[in-house]
Amino acid sequence: MCQVKVETNILEFNDDLAAHNRQHFRDQGLFVVNFMSAPGAGKTSVLEQTIRRMKNDYRIGVIEGDLMTTIDADRIAALGVPAHQITTGTICHLDARMVHNALHSFPVEGLDVLFIENVGNLVCPVEFDLGEDMRVMVYSTVEGAEKPKKYPMMFHESTAVLLNKVDLIPYAGVSLDELQRNVREVSPTTTIFPLSCRTGEGIDEWIAWLKTQIATRQRAEHHFPRAPLHTHTHAHAHTHVH
Amino acid sequence: MHEAAIAQGVLDLAIRTAMQNGGGRIQRIKLRLGEFRGVVREALDFSFEAIKRGTLADQAELEVETVKLRVSCSGCGECECSPRDYNFLCPTCGDPLQIIAGREMQLEYVDLE
Ligand SMILES: [Zn+2]
Repeated sequence: MCQVKVETNILEFNDDLAAHNRQHFRDQGLFVVNFMSAPGAGKTSVLEQTIRRMKNDYRIGVIEGDLMTTIDADRIAALGVPAHQITTGTICHLDARMVHNALHSFPVEGLDVLFIENVGNLVCPVEFDLGEDMRVMVYSTVEGAEKPKKYPMMFHESTAVLLNKVDLIPYAGVSLDELQRNVREVSPTTTIFPLSCRTGEGIDEWIAWLKTQIATRQRAEHHFPRAPLHTHTHAHAHTHVH
Repeated sequence: MHEAAIAQGVLDLAIRTAMQNGGGRIQRIKLRLGEFRGVVREALDFSFEAIKRGTLADQAELEVETVKLRVSCSGCGECECSPRDYNFLCPTCGDPLQIIAGREMQLEYVDLE
């Protein structure tokens, strides 16, 4: 018998492909946001509001991760931005390979911002790097104040938490202070935006912040200008075998 | 059930290691899993048992070492501890605490026949 040291990350296969996706996004000058939440927290509603307010200034595309239906992708497409659906079947999260495969049938060339709507699930998506620039979590007030303590990882890994449905706080039996405090404890550096897709409260603040994030990235990479649109296709961006 | 994907990652890595080292059967696989990972041990065992059949790891035993969540404060250097109730604010100075252990997800070694 012999013992062989390995000392390798178990999800190395995903992380390698995520790094590849990230490089591809960088080459395109594309800013990528991975939206995560529990089912029903309002990811798609937040996306609709976000796209409505940004689509005149940015070329936006959306990848939708869904177990079965195309309902969410249809809602996004109705806004007039390109949407691609990844049907995950029984798989409860998106991984880097699914996103990479999607890029072959969903050209992102020429886009400024790509939103990825992950499958509604508070545990699994957080383990899988997709190559995104930023993770944003949607947490609705009606889920109760203990969510950050029960599912700390997703909160901890998100750059921003959108505290959705603040208009329902009077009915949810929680206080805004308590919700924010619990998020802050689990994730001290996360930016929190209390908002409501129904009333529009707080959406402008979130959009202004997101635009700043995108501009900061674009400034940091201004010396790597994007390839001209008409000469760049996904198929030619790779020099290696998939 | 991301444990299925994790189990597949374990199996693939272990088999690749066995192949690179003479192709013998795998007797034991040792993992280090951080507490601050949403991995459910039962789900991982179940998935691994299901997918190992008919592979070099057919008889392999999966051993898992759990790594406790530990944090430290770069603000005041006071705290090196396990945070209570997932509170990542330093109890001494209020600065954000950094995770120094508990996010591991590593295949440590394999025992080959
Ligand atoms: Zn401190």
